[in-house]
Amino acid sequence: MLRYGGRSCISAIPNAPALEARCVSARYPGVDRLALDCVDLLVPAGQRVALVGPNGAGKSTFLKIAAGLLKIQSGTMSIYGSATAACDHRVAYLAQRGEIDWHFPVSVRKLVLTGRYAHLGWLRRPGRGDWDATDAALRRMRLDALAERQIGELSGGQQQRALLARALAQDADLLLLDEPLNAVDAETRAIVSETLRQLQEQGKTAIIATHDVDRLSHEYDQVVFLIDGKSVPWTEATKDSS
Amino acid sequence: MNWLIDPFRYSFMQSAALAGVLVGVTCAVLGVYVVLRRMAFIGDALSHTILPGLVIAYLQNMNLFIGAIVAGMLTALGIGWLSRRREIREDTAIGILFTGMFALGVLLISTVHSFRDFTHMLFGYILGVTNGQLIVIAVIAAIVVSALAILHKEFELASFDPTHAEVIGLSADRIRTILLLLMALSVVGAIQAVGVVLTSALLVVPAAAASMLTQRLPAMMVIAAVIAAFSALVGLLISFHYDVASGATIVLTCIACFLISWLVGGLRRRVAA
Repeated sequence: MLRYGGRSCISAIPNAPALEARCVSARYPGVDRLALDCVDLLVPAGQRVALVGPNGAGKSTFLKIAAGLLKIQSGTMSIYGSATAACDHRVAYLAQRGEIDWHFPVSVRKLVLTGRYAHLGWLRRPGRGDWDATDAALRRMRLDALAERQIGELSGGQQQRALLARALAQDADLLLLDEPLNAVDAETRAIVSETLRQLQEQGKTAIIATHDVDRLSHEYDQVVFLIDGKSVPWTEATKDSS
Repeated sequence: MNWLIDPFRYSFMQSAALAGVLVGVTCAVLGVYVVLRRMAFIGDALSHTILPGLVIAYLQNMNLFIGAIVAGMLTALGIGWLSRRREIREDTAIGILFTGMFALGVLLISTVHSFRDFTHMLFGYILGVTNGQLIVIAVIAAIVVSALAILHKEFELASFDPTHAEVIGLSADRIRTILLLLMALSVVGAIQAVGVVLTSALLVVPAAAASMLTQRLPAMMVIAAVIAAFSALVGLLISFHYDVASGATIVLTCIACFLISWLVGGLRRRVAA
C-alpha cells in the first residue's frame, strides 16, 4: 500500500510503553512563553491517563505533539517505541469539535469511514471490511439510525460519539481525546465512559484532557496536572485549586 | 425547433459548443471544492494573475496556453507558499498578488497598439476557438476530472477535517497545493471561453447552485456539471441569435440557474420544515 506518511513504523517493539515523554518543551510560533515546559510522562500500554488543568495549561499542546501535529522544541517523545507520527494508523486523535467543518456535505457514516483511511493510503478504495468496521463502530456508539444524516444535523454529543466511532473504526491502539466530555449530554457521557472502559479491557491506551476532576482517582490509572505548561504533583495542584 | 438546432450546423458553433461544455464541466466539478472550501477569491485571483503570462506569450509569439499555464502554476504555488506563512493574512496577500499581476498585464498590453486580441483575453472569444485550443481544453478536462476521481477520498477528507488528515499522515497543505494547480489548469481553459474577467463565475456559480439542491458531494458535482453544460449551450444560442457577447450570456445563464436553484432549495426546505 502507498502510505500517506511515507514514514516507517516498526510495529512490534515488545513491552514498549504506549507513550514516553522526556522533558518535552514546545512553543507556538510568534509566542515567547513555552506552551510546554520540560514535561515528563510515562504511559505503559493499557493505561487510562487524565491530563487535567486550566485552559492554556498545555493539555491540548501535549496531545497535538503526541498526534504528530506539532513539533517538539526540545526533549523527546516516543509512541510505542517509535518517533511521533511514525505509526499514524495506531494513533487516533479526537480534536475539539471546532476543528471540523460540520457544514461539509458528508454523511455520519462517511465521517466514521475516514478512520479506515489510515489503513488504506493513496489510491485504494474502502472495501467490504472497511464498511463493516464502520457500521460496527456506528452501532456501538448508537448512531446507526443517524448514519445517513449530514454531519451538521447531529447534536454536540452525537458529534462527539461520531468522532469516537471513527477512532473505533480505525482500530487505533492509542487514543488521544481532547475534552471529549465538554458540553455533552448524559447519554453521550455514559456511552463514552463505558467505551473507554471496554477499550482498556482490550489493552488499548487512552490519554484524555479533561476538566472533569470529581471522579478522577478511580476512573484513571494516572492523573497528570498541568499548570502553565509544567506538570505539577497531584497534592500541590489540589492545594492550589482549593 | 430550428431556433435550437440550426445554429449548431455551423462548424464554428460546434467547436464553440464543445469547448463551452468541456470548460464548463471542468470548472463546475472542481468548483464544488472552491465553494465548499471558501476559495472563491483565490479562483478570481488565479484568473487575473494569468493575464501577464498571456500577454508575454503573445508578445513573444509563443503559444498563449504555455504563457497562461506557466503564470497559473506560479500563482498557485505562490498562494500555497504564502498561505503557509502567517506574517500577512492570506486574503491580503492574494489581494496584493492579484492586483499587482493584473496591473502588470495591463501595462504590457498598453505597450502594443492592437487591442483586439486583448479584448479576447479579457472577455473571451469562444466563437473563434481553434482545433488546437480544443485539444488543449479536452486534455485539461481529462486531467482535472481524473485527478478529482482518483484523489476523491483525500480531497474530501482534507477539506472537512484537515486535522484528522494530518494525524494519519496526509498533508492538508499538499492537497491544497494540488487543488490550486488543478484550479490554475481549469482557469487556463476557461479564459478561452469566457475571458479573464468572468472565469471565476464558472468556478463558483454552478457549484453554488448545486449546493442549494443536495447535501451529497458526488451528487453536487454531477448537478454542477449539468448546470454548467446547459448554461454553455443556452448562452451560445442566445449569443448567436441576438448577436451579443457569448462569455456574458454563458455566465448570465449560470446566474439564472443559480437563482432558480436557490428558490427551489428554499421551497424544499420550507416544505420539509
